[in-house]
Amino acid sequence: MSSHTSPEITHAPEHASGTGRIWKTFWVLSALTIVELALGYFLYWKHGHLSYGFTLSTKLLIAALTLAKAYYIVSIFMHLGDEIRNMIMTIIVPLMLFIWFIAAFLWDGNSWKVLRNTDAGSRADHTEQHQPAVIDKDAKK
Amino acid sequence: MSTTAIPTNTKWWNGGRSPFNISYGKVMMWYFLMSDAFTFGAFLISYGTIRFSVNHWADPNHVFNAFPFAGHANLPLAFVSLMTFILIFSSVTMVLAVHEGHKMNRKGVEKYMVLTIFGGLAFLGCQAWEWTHMITGDHTVLVDGVLKTMGTTVTNNPWGVAADPNAVAAALQTTPDANLASVVHSLGHGADAHAGAAMGRAEMISTIQAANLQVTTPGPIAFGGYFFGITGFHGFHVFSGVIINLVMLIKTRLGHFDERGHYEMIEKAGLYWHFVDLVWVFVFLCFYLV
Repeated sequence: MSSHTSPEITHAPEHASGTGRIWKTFWVLSALTIVELALGYFLYWKHGHLSYGFTLSTKLLIAALTLAKAYYIVSIFMHLGDEIRNMIMTIIVPLMLFIWFIAAFLWDGNSWKVLRNTDAGSRADHTEQHQPAVIDKDAKK
Repeated sequence: MSTTAIPTNTKWWNGGRSPFNISYGKVMMWYFLMSDAFTFGAFLISYGTIRFSVNHWADPNHVFNAFPFAGHANLPLAFVSLMTFILIFSSVTMVLAVHEGHKMNRKGVEKYMVLTIFGGLAFLGCQAWEWTHMITGDHTVLVDGVLKTMGTTVTNNPWGVAADPNAVAAALQTTPDANLASVVHSLGHGADAHAGAAMGRAEMISTIQAANLQVTTPGPIAFGGYFFGITGFHGFHVFSGVIINLVMLIKTRLGHFDERGHYEMIEKAGLYWHFVDLVWVFVFLCFYLV
């Protein structure tokens, strides 16, 4: 057990003696990755035969699994879960900005596409959002 | 697992102690990682914005379907899964190194740091292969009424919408011989390459027609910039992480941490390494999986 630590530390944490938690987390991360890959491969295998809604939901599910992986890596491997609550908050709260960040910019990107397809709103959008790639006027440059 | 028996009337903010009960160096590493998270986040989100803003984007399962030594086999997600597992595993060895550090077990720390460094180098090797394969790939593209072969670079993106077969047939007649030769060359390896140089124009055209090629038009230029930029920035972090881990290994062997009485430097290097793994998880998600 480490005897000396920096002087600013009031109570040195006592660390678990076994590696059980570490390996358990490894298996969880591996399982999550395999499920993600299976879902991703399923989307590839059935490409063109799935509804837009189903594909979108599956992609959101994959994203959720990735967030779960992020939780395990940050909380257990990086030991953030063992820190004082206020310290955890100084990391997690600013990262909540990402929720707005992602939503706002993907919304923006989609709006940009609509504007492009309709000549800045001056005509109707004939480009179906979720058709497989077909030859359209974008191909002619 | 920490079981801190902190008395509830500890005045954390009265000075003379860390209000978070961790060392200054560790707090600063966390906040640096947070800034880096926003940098990567900005890159990835801008990638998402551009991707959402165009009608057609490269399908990752067609772009990234190669595997080393598997020739032209179609193996989407295979190589990138290997890279992901390499990095996850090196994260585990890093945590184990930190764990050995808590027990002041120098030999254990050394062992796991060596394994972590190997994992990092293996990942970099894989990424180098991926980049080489992308840049030197030969895909036949219809550009300005003429057929060309191109790889995926920051200026070329062969992954646009499929070309109109009639336009391809017409282009075959107007394409210069040199371009036709490189298209023939891209059809196979070895013997065909030499044969391409010796073929006459008519023979090259009939070879290409018989091959039933998937000819595309150029896709959005942004693809290459984003792919190489983001994976390159991440790869740079992996590289610097490997260097940091090497320095940690050397210091461990020289007994610096034994002298100091704690292995907290290994922990801080570990935070950086796990961050690198975490970023990869999101890069993998955005570029390859969705």
